Amino acid sequence: MILLSYNSPYDPGKSFVVPWDLPPSQEHLFGTTSRGQDLFWWLTFAVRNSLFLGVLTAIISRIIAILIGLTAGYRGGWLDRVLMSLNDTFVVLPLLPILILLGFLLRDRMNLFYLAVILGLFGWPFDARLIRSQVLSLKERSFTRTAVYSGTSAFWITINEHLPFVLPIVFATTINNILWSIGMEVTLSVLGLSDLTTPTLGTALFWANQHGALVAGVWWWIAAPALVTIVLFLGLYLLFTSINEFIDPRTRLRLIGG
Amino acid sequence: MTLLSVKNLRAYYRTEVYGISRTVQAVDGVSFDLLPNEIYGVAGESSCGKTTLIKVISGNTKPPLKVLEGSVNYNFNDYKVDMLHISQDELRQNVRWKEISYVMQGSMSVLNPVRKVIETFRDIVDTHERITDKKKFLEQTRAHVNRLGLPTDVLNAYPHQLSGGMRQRVAIALATVFQPALIIADEPTTALDVVVQRGVLQMIREIQTTSGNTVLLVTHDMAVHANVADRVMIMYAGRIAEEAPTETIFDAPLHPYTQHLIHSLPMIGEKSTKASLKGAPPNLADPPGGCRFHPRCPYVMDVCRTKVPDLISVKERHRVACHLVEEGAL
Amino acid sequence: MSTNGKLLDVQHVTVEFHIGGLVGGTLLTAVNDASFSLESDKPEIFTLAGESGSGKTTLSRLLLRDLEPTKGKVLFEGRDLSTIRKRSEFTEFIKKVQPVFQNPFETFNPLRRVEAYLLDTAINFGMASNRRDAAEVVDNALRNVGLSLDEVRQRYPHELSGGQIQRVSVARALISKPRLILADEPVSMVDASLRMEIVNLFQKLRDEQQVSVIYITHDLATAYYISDRIAIMLRGYIVESGPVEDVLDRPAHPYTQLLKESVPEPTPKQRESWAKHIALGATEVKEYGRIGCKFAGRCPQVMDICRKADPPDVQVGRQTVKCYLYSGHGENAAAGSQS
Repeated sequence: MILLSYNSPYDPGKSFVVPWDLPPSQEHLFGTTSRGQDLFWWLTFAVRNSLFLGVLTAIISRIIAILIGLTAGYRGGWLDRVLMSLNDTFVVLPLLPILILLGFLLRDRMNLFYLAVILGLFGWPFDARLIRSQVLSLKERSFTRTAVYSGTSAFWITINEHLPFVLPIVFATTINNILWSIGMEVTLSVLGLSDLTTPTLGTALFWANQHGALVAGVWWWIAAPALVTIVLFLGLYLLFTSINEFIDPRTRLRLIGG
Repeated sequence: MTLLSVKNLRAYYRTEVYGISRTVQAVDGVSFDLLPNEIYGVAGESSCGKTTLIKVISGNTKPPLKVLEGSVNYNFNDYKVDMLHISQDELRQNVRWKEISYVMQGSMSVLNPVRKVIETFRDIVDTHERITDKKKFLEQTRAHVNRLGLPTDVLNAYPHQLSGGMRQRVAIALATVFQPALIIADEPTTALDVVVQRGVLQMIREIQTTSGNTVLLVTHDMAVHANVADRVMIMYAGRIAEEAPTETIFDAPLHPYTQHLIHSLPMIGEKSTKASLKGAPPNLADPPGGCRFHPRCPYVMDVCRTKVPDLISVKERHRVACHLVEEGAL
Repeated sequence: MSTNGKLLDVQHVTVEFHIGGLVGGTLLTAVNDASFSLESDKPEIFTLAGESGSGKTTLSRLLLRDLEPTKGKVLFEGRDLSTIRKRSEFTEFIKKVQPVFQNPFETFNPLRRVEAYLLDTAINFGMASNRRDAAEVVDNALRNVGLSLDEVRQRYPHELSGGQIQRVSVARALISKPRLILADEPVSMVDASLRMEIVNLFQKLRDEQQVSVIYITHDLATAYYISDRIAIMLRGYIVESGPVEDVLDRPAHPYTQLLKESVPEPTPKQRESWAKHIALGATEVKEYGRIGCKFAGRCPQVMDICRKADPPDVQVGRQTVKCYLYSGHGENAAAGSQS
């Protein structure tokens, strides 16, 4: 939560604006890089971009997961079987090789947005299955039958009756999804397969490696992004557990005095 | 001599969610005695405090449940136990199963679903008295199960292979391996069919008659109390409304709530119109002042709204908490 | 469309479930050759009584077109339910047949306000064209059950008592002005002090609104109290049916006799006879697979023939009994049990 304030940087910084290879000091909190950038301010951009990627991926994959999970769960029958086999196909596809391949193919056009879309298209199957199983159990509860015999159509039953129960799952998995996509980006960048001009947590590590930061003794170039990544992951985790508790139907029930 | 003496027990639930704290006054000033060799029935509607009462007297007081006041004292043949101050170790070693045992609704919670019944017996016996002689243990268990009229085959069955009624009777057999002084039966037959219910209740009654221990039978079903209990306590909204021998409760109830409860029971062979009480049982987070029954009482008086009626003895073994009775109007 | 004057006509319905894996598995007959009917011009309360596993709930789902029978037909106002295919036809059907469920706290979504269901129902069935009209329709339905819209407005299910929700549930069922209400154990989860108001409500509906009610229960005492006719079910079969006074005052089938005897009377006077020993089976599945009368294993008057083939339906006075004792196979035994 506190960490979110990180993603509002005030200082743009391109390259060779400050003396290079300075260790962390009062003036340059995380030190400077071999390319003459202030690591602290550079990382604020990196965090913002990584988060943007993570959130966008999460949104795209969540939408797909909700749509497929709810439909498959409620409609059942052949539609369920088709959707679930599609689902299982995505589960078994080896993601990393595909991403590396796409990285090579798109090379120049690969930017954060495309990466988010691609990751989004791959990030939904586990959660869709989870949502489907939740809907399957909701479908057997009396209130679903009440709605059916109230003449409510399948669409509104799904939206009004089932979605509120599914949302906590969606939020719980959102955090995983964001973390997963940030991690993926780091992997790809370290391999040099993403848009390297955009500052992200991954490209920070890539450039550090490129300049042989560890060998040159510029340890802070590696340590700072790593530290920031860990803190970011932790912060996101805490944020979402509390959101999750708040949005959970059981908590809501307790709040309205159940 | 009394087996259990509960005095002025007050047990509340305190919960806090996002700064909104709630206090549920589940048991509010309850006093009663259990005698050796009786079946004592506790009746009441959902959330009248009967489950909380059992939790406290069986030593299961865990947050958010808190005992604010009162005492719960047992006397098992000169082995005295203060349930509110006993150590967990002593409770587990010497009291649970040996002196107090439980039979719950849906016995699956006692029987381990992946182990044969006999192994569950062994686990329970072993934790209290090390089994040194396996043969002797087997023999004793068989004899025990036989004595209760169950086929010894059940010992080698898995719980899911048994019918609901048989499972419940196995649970009773488990509860009585150490001949406890008190058996707490919490809605033991609620989920069962009538024929099975009859069999299970018959078994409980037989065990009680032959071993002379005490059974605390908790159920909302008045018809069960009529046929099984010796004395009945009627709870309403966390307090005792009335307590009397079964015949008295059914033939000459004094509390308006008890009267309604008895008279509204439908019976085969009788079609006269039965009415419901107006309103609903109160929310114990915000109970009405005075007598908690007053908003629904057909005979409500001014005093009922402000003053909590005392539980007074009207006859021997008959206690009622009602201002009408106090004033001699009934 | 001929209706034969029947509101509901259940004709030799059988429902089989396949349980177990793809290969093997067993066939479970949940409802076996059940027949009964309700008259169109004479609203009544018809009870389907039985213990767990008797098939009463399966039968009720069949009547709501939640399930299709393996064999036999269910006709509602002369129309075979299995011919209902289109959504509009289904809506038209459930407008006339409405359910009331067992657990009041499960009937409505705990996260939605209860009035939402009522308003939805009014609009979905075309009883009102806009929210304001719907509110009036809903208010009327609620007044029928002794509530009003103001009492339930903005309330979540847990803010109402079990009795209140169950009345709301009945009110919801009434909105579309149905001809038949299927109430599956509507009072078993409701506190004793509130139970009778719901039971009485069904009688009021029958008398004042000409609604027929199928009351599904295991509780013979309330069944006796409210219903006109009763059918006792055992392992999928209707073993005895007829006017409730006849069936429960003078049960003819040995199973009904045992059931009636086992119901604890709410008075301490019969303690001794109730305590008379009864035999209980150790496992429960056995009775399903049995050939012949399903009660043969527990019946005190069992004869050889009972274990060979299904007993016939025999008319005894005003009740229909599925038992060999009355079909000329065991006159003596029958005479003994009737007295």
